[in-house]
Amino acid sequence: MLKRWSWMLLVSLSVGALVAPAGFAQAPIRIGVIEPLSGPVAASGNYVRMGAEIARDWINARGGVSGRKVELVIEDNKSDPKEAASAAEKLIVRDKVPAIMGAWGSSMTLAAMPKLEEYGVPMVVETSSASTITKRGNPWIFRISPPSEMEALGLEQYLDKLAVKRADFLAVNTDWGRGAVTAFGDMLKKKGAAVGAAEFMDQKDTDMNAQITKIKGGGGDTLFLTTAVEQITLVLKQSQEQRLTRKIITTGGSSSPSQLIKQAGPAAEGSYHIVFFMPWFPEAMPDGKLAKAFVDEWTKRGHPFEGLTEGFRGHDGIATIAEAVKIAGKDEPKAIQAALWKVSFTGVNGPIKFEKDGPAGKESGQSKPSIFVVQIKDGKVALPDFLAKK
Amino acid sequence: MDALLQHLVNGLVLGGTYALLGIGLTLIFGLMNLVNFAHGELYTLGAYATFAALALGGLNFFAAVALAIALGAVVGAACERLLLRPLRGESIDTTMLVMIGLWIALQNGELLAWGGVAKSIPHPFPTAPLTLGPVGIAPLRLFVMATALVLIVAAWLLIQRTRLGRAMRATFQDRETAALMGVRIDRIHTATFAFGSALAAAAGALLGPIFLAYPSMGDLASLKAFSVVILGGLGNLPGATLGGLLLGIAEELGAGYVSSGYRDAVGFVIIILVLLFRPSGLFTRAERIG
Repeated sequence: MLKRWSWMLLVSLSVGALVAPAGFAQAPIRIGVIEPLSGPVAASGNYVRMGAEIARDWINARGGVSGRKVELVIEDNKSDPKEAASAAEKLIVRDKVPAIMGAWGSSMTLAAMPKLEEYGVPMVVETSSASTITKRGNPWIFRISPPSEMEALGLEQYLDKLAVKRADFLAVNTDWGRGAVTAFGDMLKKKGAAVGAAEFMDQKDTDMNAQITKIKGGGGDTLFLTTAVEQITLVLKQSQEQRLTRKIITTGGSSSPSQLIKQAGPAAEGSYHIVFFMPWFPEAMPDGKLAKAFVDEWTKRGHPFEGLTEGFRGHDGIATIAEAVKIAGKDEPKAIQAALWKVSFTGVNGPIKFEKDGPAGKESGQSKPSIFVVQIKDGKVALPDFLAKK
Repeated sequence: MDALLQHLVNGLVLGGTYALLGIGLTLIFGLMNLVNFAHGELYTLGAYATFAALALGGLNFFAAVALAIALGAVVGAACERLLLRPLRGESIDTTMLVMIGLWIALQNGELLAWGGVAKSIPHPFPTAPLTLGPVGIAPLRLFVMATALVLIVAAWLLIQRTRLGRAMRATFQDRETAALMGVRIDRIHTATFAFGSALAAAAGALLGPIFLAYPSMGDLASLKAFSVVILGGLGNLPGATLGGLLLGIAEELGAGYVSSGYRDAVGFVIIILVLLFRPSGLFTRAERIG
């Protein structure tokens, strides 16, 4: 009995091996992916991975890149900067990937960056917001997510409509959170709004009552909140418990408003969220058809809807690398790096095209992503009144 | 002044949750001389069990909490029986490694079973705070505080005033003598570990609805529980309770008046000071050794 089973297994394996390469005569193009698949921000990292897998399957369904299949080599950085650095090293040295997408959090990306420079492998940064990432003079970095400054600039035009007079900050104590406080604080000061308290919380913290009590005593009208969705949920709930009456605006695009509605319920009502993808109204995105197709594919795969605001990043990151490999005509790190400068296409977020950022001669690439503001109204995600079409 | 009062109330409530985390660990640590790294995972188990009973089983909140506590005891007993009993008599390092293995296995098992997305545990209490002058407190937190107090007193009574408690203390003071006196030490080991695990699961079941349930939630809980145990002294229940409250208030005031970025540092500075000046814990009488 056992023999027959192993025989059948062997047959099916060899058939699989014979069938799979049909149409893909050459070796696959291997793209490295570093995401937090476990740890405090695991949910977000897994959504990015799901989006990356959709991009891979779409590319392969269209016949791959110059006839070669795309393969993802996915590594878990465990929401930990140290792990991000060793994941980058492993992908480059052992798996010999010619390009990487990663590594979600700014601290994780910053930790992986020296490895890219050491071995000369480009990385497309899909989520991280800290401005330092493209300012360090690392020519292997190409970022498709907006740094906090760009986000602040995107919000600036709505500041009067939002009636922000005096704002406080509550941010996760990482490069991302600290960078956001500086960027949004500078923008507010420039516009003549007062900046109150800047409070921080550890990525793992669950009780933010001390910070909320302190902010409550300050007397502002708006609270800028920068962290991942889990902590946003807790802050919203605890703010409600303490009756903190503020306009709350989340930054960084990792707020997943649909998940907040589910988990924070009425505590999320009225809050504003800066997002880079609006799966609730895909037709309003720069490429409405692509956005709609992405939402449909995501739903078809049974992925949770609330993950879409992270998932698109994975798609756009992998699509960017595939585009660069196509332009380069080969999967070598140096050629891909050169080709990334020539990439110009529209992803789920919008147009992706890199401009130079950072010290001259060692510039990183920075794309100018589209930025949107949504509000939670009556338990649904909606455009804020000042944006809604009359 | 208003803010100070609110900070103190926050600190007390937070400290109550730390105390609840600490008592289960201090029992196992102090009585069994076992460094239980899996404590945080039993806390996670309690939270997920409550979630499952509520969302999937359709039980009411209090029944779900009770079920989670019972499950914690069963899983604890199974761990002791399967993993720790074969290792009895081995050095503390060996059991510590086994507990680290159990910690990793359980955490990854939870990730596999529930996925990385945090779960929100529903509860029947109103979200509007009860206010007394300038100070507000959520009804759920009051309930958790009260339950924690009941559990702490019950645990203390069990250990100090019952036959089982006396047998536990005897076993871990001198195993051979206790065995000669007719104590069934195998059962006592299982019962103690099950009891400590049930307390961890109780903490998870009660704190899960305040926070969120996610696979790595136990890491922070473990960290705080170990801090509380060090502050209070090994095996010292009133010590763990006071240690928990002290840590909660210190963190809260540190975050409120020094800097919220150094919140955890405040707690650890206190622990370092305690280790330097009162290494057996703040609330233990000097012990004669040897």
